[in-house]
Amino acid sequence: MRIGIVGVGWYGFKPNTREVSFREMMFEAATRAYYDAGNLNPRTDVDTFISCQEDFWEGIAIADEFAPDPIGGAMRPTMTVTGDGLQGILHGVMHILSGLSNVTVVESHAKPSDIKTLRDVIEFAYDPIYGRIGAKNIHFLAGLEATKYMKIRNATREDYASVVVKNKRNGLRNTRAPFSSNLNIDDVTKRDFVVYPLTDLDISRFVDGAVVMVLASEEVARKFNDTPIWIEGIYSATETTLELSNLGEATYMKIASREAYKMAKIDSIRKIKSAFVDDTYSYKELQHIEGLELSQNAVEDLREGEFEIGGKVEVNPLGGHLAGGRALEASGLALLLDAIDYLREGKVDNAVVASWRGIPTFTGAVGVVSR
Amino acid sequence: MKSNLYFRRVAVIGAGLTLFRRRLLETPQELAWEASRKALDEAGLDLKDIDCVVIGSAPDAFDGVHMKGEYLAHGSGGIRRMVTRVFVGGATGVMVPITAWYHVASGLCQKVLAVAEEKMSPARPHPQSVFRYIWDPITEKPLNPNLIWIFAMEMHRYMYVNKISKEEIALVSVKNKRNALNNPYAQAAGNITVDDVLKSEILVWPVQLLDTSPVSDGAAAMVIVSEDIARRYTDTPVWIEGVGWALDNTEWTGRELTYPRYLEYAARMAYKMAAIERPSKEIDVIEPYDPFDYKELHHIEGLMIAKRGEAPKLLKEGVFDIDGDIPSSPSGGLLGVGNPIAAAGLMKTISIYWQLKGTAGKMQVKKPVHTGLAQAWGDLMQASTVIVMRN
Repeated sequence: MRIGIVGVGWYGFKPNTREVSFREMMFEAATRAYYDAGNLNPRTDVDTFISCQEDFWEGIAIADEFAPDPIGGAMRPTMTVTGDGLQGILHGVMHILSGLSNVTVVESHAKPSDIKTLRDVIEFAYDPIYGRIGAKNIHFLAGLEATKYMKIRNATREDYASVVVKNKRNGLRNTRAPFSSNLNIDDVTKRDFVVYPLTDLDISRFVDGAVVMVLASEEVARKFNDTPIWIEGIYSATETTLELSNLGEATYMKIASREAYKMAKIDSIRKIKSAFVDDTYSYKELQHIEGLELSQNAVEDLREGEFEIGGKVEVNPLGGHLAGGRALEASGLALLLDAIDYLREGKVDNAVVASWRGIPTFTGAVGVVSR
Repeated sequence: MKSNLYFRRVAVIGAGLTLFRRRLLETPQELAWEASRKALDEAGLDLKDIDCVVIGSAPDAFDGVHMKGEYLAHGSGGIRRMVTRVFVGGATGVMVPITAWYHVASGLCQKVLAVAEEKMSPARPHPQSVFRYIWDPITEKPLNPNLIWIFAMEMHRYMYVNKISKEEIALVSVKNKRNALNNPYAQAAGNITVDDVLKSEILVWPVQLLDTSPVSDGAAAMVIVSEDIARRYTDTPVWIEGVGWALDNTEWTGRELTYPRYLEYAARMAYKMAAIERPSKEIDVIEPYDPFDYKELHHIEGLMIAKRGEAPKLLKEGVFDIDGDIPSSPSGGLLGVGNPIAAAGLMKTISIYWQLKGTAGKMQVKKPVHTGLAQAWGDLMQASTVIVMRN
């Protein structure tokens, strides 16, 4: 059974949303999603609600308390998945497949502009006994991994820069991409390193944003929307913790994508024409493309232009996080939004969406969507 | 909720607990693994057999770890497989088996390890300090409220509206701490009297020290599988037949605190799924959430096992005793066993599983049992989770 995405709504995707609180941002995104789903009434038409957030990002010890009101989920089965929004979609799919619901709402939001101590929050994600080294630079782990990936694939600084150039240029076609621009490779490589081998342009910037999506079972989806976007397969995987991980390889993506493809009955990877892939760091896009098995050697294919619009697989044709920014736990839903926009425009028939939870995790989720 | 449920049958085949204690020396990961190992052993499975892991843990600030699900994954066997942490405040413990249920019922997973862990004691100067940051940052935080204050308001309101005395409520603490004497994992078991409760330190009137559960560390785990797998590994699976949960709005200040309406909604969802029409007649044993003694009574009413305001009367008549008609908290509950928040909820589910399997040892209730219920409660007096199981 396929699951339809029958309504989407978003708010923000800019460096600062001073005009709203996080709850108002959720409300705005929710009302837009419900309008998109044919003026759905959340109090009568929705069976279950899922919010995706983490306490420390919110600055609230039990952030879950604030989930129900802005999305119409009060006095209803509302729950929190402490993970990326795409993991929330996976749980929504399970709610529907289990027979628990016909219509499920998934919400995720981020307001990093409210966080004064981002570095310290990230430090708290490391193991308290032997993981917290008090690093001043939150990107040090990405620097290590990017260096290792360069060694594994003989990648160069220019290769990473060409990912940045591609995505920031593609972002010019996206209404949610405040960091889009027309750059050339020199513009990237001539900047100072934030951490070797990454410059500030290789690293996506944080943005505020909220996304709400309405999922419906196949049998009721068209009641809300004539042209639902179908979730054909979805899965998530956690590889391990930092101490035991294979830095340089996105094993989590490999595990998640295999299961998602199996669910979507994709026998040949060539059938996938577009990919909306986490590119929190420029090198991550390449690593994730390999994890998704869209390429055996992403660096070579990048040099051949295979990931450009019109190429073998269009990767982040709407700019990804490098152009759109990274909205913490809403990042996966931002990529899914891009995929939905692209599919609704009729540019492609299917897409793979792949999210990563960010430093220092080894967790990713993969979804296959079609129109 | 949909009415035409077509879900697959889901069973519990193994469970494990750690000791519930204050200031355990093990790390959160080690606690999670100890419980997981015991659950796998009881199920007769190895970690390699597990395809998905569900983790539950309440506020991240207790363990002092951001992205606690990622941190606990390693100790919970969540390596190279699907892992998620779910969170509904104090109600998380029962949300964990509910989530594991839909992992299996959806067909995405066959064998799920459901793990809940909490280590409250490292919080400084006291775990209550974590609760300073659960409030609305604009309208409530500046008043610096304390969780016990608002529970005192709820307890007072419950007593006032239903004309219930402190003595009647103290009987819950007496019963649960006595039941816990039979529980090898318990932290706060004891033979106490109503007088002991009434003479204990007043925290915030009418809440006294022996009305409350202790600060605890601990972990719990369950193995939850599809019907095919269950039949392969055991002759006595315990089936999850109903799940339900509901969250009220955040604005607790505007809520009628006498009756947990959100719990009634959650219970109705679970009863509908389990085809229960008369809960007081059809449920044999219950584990309602009891972080405070009045909460057990409050929840028994929300679960519609007693009419509003009548739970104390039934308690006095012995209906909820271990040899009563509907034994309540035979494990000793949070008052007797301890309250490592998420782990406590899963401990309650495990208690029902062991009762239905007939392996509860000294905790086993006297009457034959076929249908049991566990429930948890949390957030700003707004969330409840309910699970119904049958043998």
